[in-house]
Amino acid sequence: MDVELEADDRATLDGQRGEGAALAMRLIVRMAEVAGARGLRAVTGAHIDSCLYHGEASLDFAERLLAGGAAVSVPTTLNVSSLDLLHPELVRLDARTAGLARRLMDAYEAMGCRPTWTCAPYQLPERPAFGEHVAWAESNAIVFANSVLGARTNRYGDFIDICAAITGRVPDHGLHTDAGRRATLRLRLDVPDELLEDDLLAPVFGIVLGRRAGSRVAAIDGLPPGTSEDRLKAVGAAAASSGAVALFHAIGVTPEAPRWEAVAAEDAREEAVTRADLRAAFAELSPVPVGAKIGAVSVGTPHASVAELRRLAELVSEHRPTVPLYVNTGRLHVEIARDLVDTLAVAGVTVVTDTCTYVTPILPDTTGPVMTDSGKWAWYAPSNLGVAVALGSLEDCVRSAAAGHVVRDDPRWG
Amino acid sequence: MEVARVLVPGKASGPALVLDEPLSLWSGLDPETGLIVEASHPQIGASVTGRILVMPSGRGSSSSATVLAESLRLGTGPAGIVLGEPDEIVAIGALAAAELYDIAIPVVVASPDQFGSIRSGDRISLP
Repeated sequence: MDVELEADDRATLDGQRGEGAALAMRLIVRMAEVAGARGLRAVTGAHIDSCLYHGEASLDFAERLLAGGAAVSVPTTLNVSSLDLLHPELVRLDARTAGLARRLMDAYEAMGCRPTWTCAPYQLPERPAFGEHVAWAESNAIVFANSVLGARTNRYGDFIDICAAITGRVPDHGLHTDAGRRATLRLRLDVPDELLEDDLLAPVFGIVLGRRAGSRVAAIDGLPPGTSEDRLKAVGAAAASSGAVALFHAIGVTPEAPRWEAVAAEDAREEAVTRADLRAAFAELSPVPVGAKIGAVSVGTPHASVAELRRLAELVSEHRPTVPLYVNTGRLHVEIARDLVDTLAVAGVTVVTDTCTYVTPILPDTTGPVMTDSGKWAWYAPSNLGVAVALGSLEDCVRSAAAGHVVRDDPRWG
Repeated sequence: MEVARVLVPGKASGPALVLDEPLSLWSGLDPETGLIVEASHPQIGASVTGRILVMPSGRGSSSSATVLAESLRLGTGPAGIVLGEPDEIVAIGALAAAELYDIAIPVVVASPDQFGSIRSGDRISLP
């Protein structure tokens, strides 16, 4: 099936905006064919994941675009990179890789992207509005934009993210359409009320959600009204790790789903998530037992919000860490929440910006397990870093960092 | 083999490597070696190099597109990919490798019946 193109798109494809823009449009059109989309639509912004270095293919693509004179045509933010430009001494990459990573960052800045260096662009003041069409990459950012903001983005990967930013166009299909946003799975959260108040529910339930939903849109029945953005962030980040989740609705919580009927697809299935499901997911995610000695603690994946930094600052004032404690956050927060960052530093917390402890070598060489409050970190770190993980709430993490071993009030799952 | 849909055209043949679970290529595949490294994956340690990678769906990271392209650049990548459902992150990785390096691998979607009938080691020709 041919993709219908507007005159401007055709002109871009024919090279009238330069070779770089032509390459970008060629890939957008190819992806429209892949998706079976009949045409393209405009986006008002983009978030780029391709700026995180994964080898020379990353750089070859960016520099091909740049050499072809490409520049973004819509406001575009940048995801984390492999470097912490504010605290360069923290990252122990070899000099060659660090140099290539920096070249990649420079290429994206040269194309006009804003050097935000955060995986939580939804924490920036100019985040997308309800119903706004954007092209976001980075799995947790995608799911947050769709689910919590009610903005509209497909699950864009590397390469296509910058192509969308350059052309301002995306294939018109999937989550950009009303029909694509309907839930084909209704997941009833069948757990006792006290568990709904537990900080540990979000990351563990998110892992279950990702496994159950795969790439389907699910609607969750049972999250309390007023569930905070930080908890929804934790659910989405975990679900987008264990699955290919790009959108979930939480009935009575997220903006498109005041009621089940508002989002229900005709042929939707219904399933329950029980305490036993959560117990099993937790056991898999957090094999390190209570009492085990730990080597480090890492929180803030995705990047910690100001509210999370404040809570962390309160906790470390009471429980001073005795093992290295890291928090990942956006560089903007270091500016606007300077007092909190200072409090954290005084308490011995290492503040990491622009990157994250599970994508680049920051943690000390440790033989001990690492504790985290993030389902996403717990999912990826064993493969990326070769560490064993204990999962706990933010409070568990800080108390454990003070004690030097895993402190947690188990069992929470009955 | 017959396929339900071609996402990225191309020709390939080789022995199948069937994954029992989806895989995030980023974090789950080492492009330097072509080995699956996801700690809890049923096929951890298997090599995708020169194989027809058969997986139920994509999963996880947006960066999987780059890891696929990087593995193809390094010659450690799969010869072709058969999915149980479309995955645009996998597709764009293959398209980017074709643009950058002239290495074209087919990415196709198989029907549930076709998908379920493939066993690891079966010799598969795409399309």
